[in-house]
Amino acid sequence: MSSLAPIRADAIETRRAETPLRRAMSDFVANPLAVFGLALLALIVLIAVFAPWISPQNPYDLAVIDVLDSRLPPGEKSASGQTFWLGTDDQGRDMLSAIFYGLRISLVVGVSSTIVALIIGLAAGLAAAYFGGRLEGAIMRIVDIQLSFPAILIALILIAVLGQGTGKVITALITVQWAYYARTVRSAALVEKRKEYMEAARCLALPPSHIVFRHLLPNCLPPMIVVATVQVAAAIALEATLSFLGLGLPITEPSLGLLIANGYQYLLSGKYWISFFPGIALVLTIVSINLVADQLRDVLNPRLQK
Amino acid sequence: MLVFIIRRGLQSVVVLAAMSLLVFVGVYAIGNPIDILINPQADQQDRERAIHALGLDRPLWAQYLSFLHGALTGDLGRSFVHSTSALGLILERMPATMELALAAMLIAVIIGIPLGLWAGLRPNGVAGRTIMAGSILGFSLPTFWVGLMLIMVFAVFLGWLPSNGRGETVDVLGVPVSFLTIDGLRHLVMPATNLALFNVALLIRLTRAGAHEALLQDYVKFARAKGLTHARVIGVHVLRNILIPIVTVVGLQFGSLIGFAIVTESVFAWPGMGKLLIDSINLLDRPVIVAYLLVIVTFFIVINLLVDLLYSALDPRVRLTETKG
Amino acid sequence: MTPAEDPVLLVEGLRTHFFTRAGVVKAVDDVSFQVRRGEVLGLVGESGSGKSMTGYSLMGLIDPPGRIVAGRIVLDGIDLRALGAEAMRQLRGNRIAMIFQDPMMTLNPVLRIDTQMIEAIQAHARVSQAQARARAREALVKVGIPSPDERLDAYPHQFSGGMRQRVAIAIALLNSPDVIIADEPTTALDVTIQGQILYEMQRLTRETGAALVWITHDLSVIAGLADRVCVMYAGRIVEEGDVADVLARPRHPYTRGLIDSVPSNNVRGQRLKQIPGMTPSLLALPAGCPFRERCARAGAQCVDAPPLRGFGAPGQMIRCHYPIVEEAVPA
Repeated sequence: MSSLAPIRADAIETRRAETPLRRAMSDFVANPLAVFGLALLALIVLIAVFAPWISPQNPYDLAVIDVLDSRLPPGEKSASGQTFWLGTDDQGRDMLSAIFYGLRISLVVGVSSTIVALIIGLAAGLAAAYFGGRLEGAIMRIVDIQLSFPAILIALILIAVLGQGTGKVITALITVQWAYYARTVRSAALVEKRKEYMEAARCLALPPSHIVFRHLLPNCLPPMIVVATVQVAAAIALEATLSFLGLGLPITEPSLGLLIANGYQYLLSGKYWISFFPGIALVLTIVSINLVADQLRDVLNPRLQK
Repeated sequence: MLVFIIRRGLQSVVVLAAMSLLVFVGVYAIGNPIDILINPQADQQDRERAIHALGLDRPLWAQYLSFLHGALTGDLGRSFVHSTSALGLILERMPATMELALAAMLIAVIIGIPLGLWAGLRPNGVAGRTIMAGSILGFSLPTFWVGLMLIMVFAVFLGWLPSNGRGETVDVLGVPVSFLTIDGLRHLVMPATNLALFNVALLIRLTRAGAHEALLQDYVKFARAKGLTHARVIGVHVLRNILIPIVTVVGLQFGSLIGFAIVTESVFAWPGMGKLLIDSINLLDRPVIVAYLLVIVTFFIVINLLVDLLYSALDPRVRLTETKG
Repeated sequence: MTPAEDPVLLVEGLRTHFFTRAGVVKAVDDVSFQVRRGEVLGLVGESGSGKSMTGYSLMGLIDPPGRIVAGRIVLDGIDLRALGAEAMRQLRGNRIAMIFQDPMMTLNPVLRIDTQMIEAIQAHARVSQAQARARAREALVKVGIPSPDERLDAYPHQFSGGMRQRVAIAIALLNSPDVIIADEPTTALDVTIQGQILYEMQRLTRETGAALVWITHDLSVIAGLADRVCVMYAGRIVEEGDVADVLARPRHPYTRGLIDSVPSNNVRGQRLKQIPGMTPSLLALPAGCPFRERCARAGAQCVDAPPLRGFGAPGQMIRCHYPIVEEAVPA
């Protein structure tokens, strides 16, 4: 005789549906540091976008700057009564305005190179994971070799070979970055590929593009987002380093790195502000991006979702 | 074990050959080889003579062979600027870079691993969180900016340390080193610390992650169940496991330190290979660039090989399966 | 060897709670039992029943956010909860030892076997390296591992699963503990190896007179091995008694359900019997009897949590308002 009863419908609880996105967002804002980073980043992006409108002075309009105003410390006024809140550089340019414009250029170069590198890396990684075999071996071998060298070295050699100029700097940045994306995408795609529903999809003879775009790609997105965010910061830092070394952007595109380089020679004589303030701007940009990226990594990491 | 060494050695030779081919192609086939090897200031007659002398009018494969030959015998051309052997210039500057890199690695290990261990063992304490926040800074801050700040604070405002150059050197086994003199140390401190920063942050995070993960493992619970002291559980069981990936990272990072040193050497005017490279790029002294590339690539390959050997020596699981195969 | 009279291990009213962000998880909720020397006690339950947590609580291995909040644990007259950390450490691995489920993970993969055995000895006694190694070697022989000298120099990954578990057992026996807690030691092994290990454990406990607490979800293991059994559900003991009595005449509906759901107890060709529903999340336990939602015998009284009281054969205890009173389970 059985002492067991049929299943009662109300015995099974249902919890309010919590989409991954909603949970990710609420996890994100749980960390005050990350929220601070996001706010700071938003401010920086706004400054960069609206630079021409909010700068006190257009530092690259030769008619406005006066070389007699050069190397004034922060807070001094110009002959025409304008206050230079962060001082002036050796050409008489207002540092605050130069920084706003410089932020713009640094961000544009960093973000655009990241986007292109991401597309290339995504394509390479997905192809490697999906087709496997010799193609995968070849691509990953190249990726491994490239990643075993420091980015700065690769960038420098490329500049040495290709020459200088904005396009070449962006090319160098792209070349340095694509490998990270390729490797991340391939790992994530491989994990997905081994799952059983992929076997099923292949048995159903679904077209490869469907499998790749509907199944492999969405699974790679969380780690990609994290890598991309970190890489933007790294690209900005790398461009600044190259410009500081004199091998980056030309003088016509004065990024923060160039501003810092300009001020380097005056550092020893105590005119620190020409390098210092652009440096602070650079650091704030990079740190805020990294704060956001750090939290994104914890939030999007499936292993930590326990 | 011997088989493993031989196999990896052969792999390294293959990679080295491939890289030499890449450098050759980059310099001779893509770039304008005439400009690279012949001083652009030479006049037409000299150029033609030089072209013939350098064999640039021969087929490409023949040129590659003589390039290889030159590389193996240590002749990588003469610097335009200094008119001495390019390879010689690099080797002359190598001790300075090595000293900087080694000092930086030492600082990174001494500071990074204990801090990371602490943060991993007490992740929720104030110290733990501060250390992790600090490590984010270590990653984010661009090396050159930190260097500038160090100079600003310690050399300009406080006047404690010199702002550039290398200090007095003493010859040890024919190699000039500067850390044995007070003056040398004073010059070494800032650039080495600057260079170490990224790795300090990296080691902190790595050690912390390793310790954190290790503590969750069953073998830690089992070690405690055996009644072992806390010191032994952490010091032997946890440490031995996390040291393996850390040691390999330290080894691999050493190579990248040589790369990052380029920036630090420029900021602090440290007379190493890196500064030479930057100057050469600016002055278009291409033979030196080529020589630097080949030296660096060789260096990286050697480091990778040594790290692999070290890894298999440390991790018994890897070592024994390799010898079975 | 007949079990002596006084219990070597006495557990009374043990409660281990985990204070998480999502709420309080009462992993072990009022657990009491006794084990005498040479006796084997089975602790049976599904995952999440609190059986492993009971084992860890006995060993003092509960980490924050968990804590033992109430109860007594007395090992051969020593009140374990009153001990400081260092005193507890001295007893662990010495008078009370534990064997874990997955031996690949419990043995440290980068340390040699002899290192891991010698340190267990040297943590509790001042013996030389050579003496400790000799004792380790003896222990390996006792658990039936061939070529013990070579095995001592080896690493865990060079052993098969069954061998590794034997090593873990040897380590547990090294200091001749009074109580051994075995947490599902055969679950990760093949069935044939399982049989061997069970036989070894039985032999060793009879020989050494240690008390054995065997934690498992597998009733068939208990049937062959244990003297007494405690059935756990949602952190509480719901039925307790001599193995023969409990398996032949289970009084609690959950125990009955467990026995019925063993495939070999089912009639061929008919639907397999199963307990409906799922084990409740320990965060959201319903008030009253935790088994209420899945129980066919649930009635009005079940809104109040039932107490543990004697019922059925002598020494049998049950926590139920409507225990089963029918006779034996059909063979």
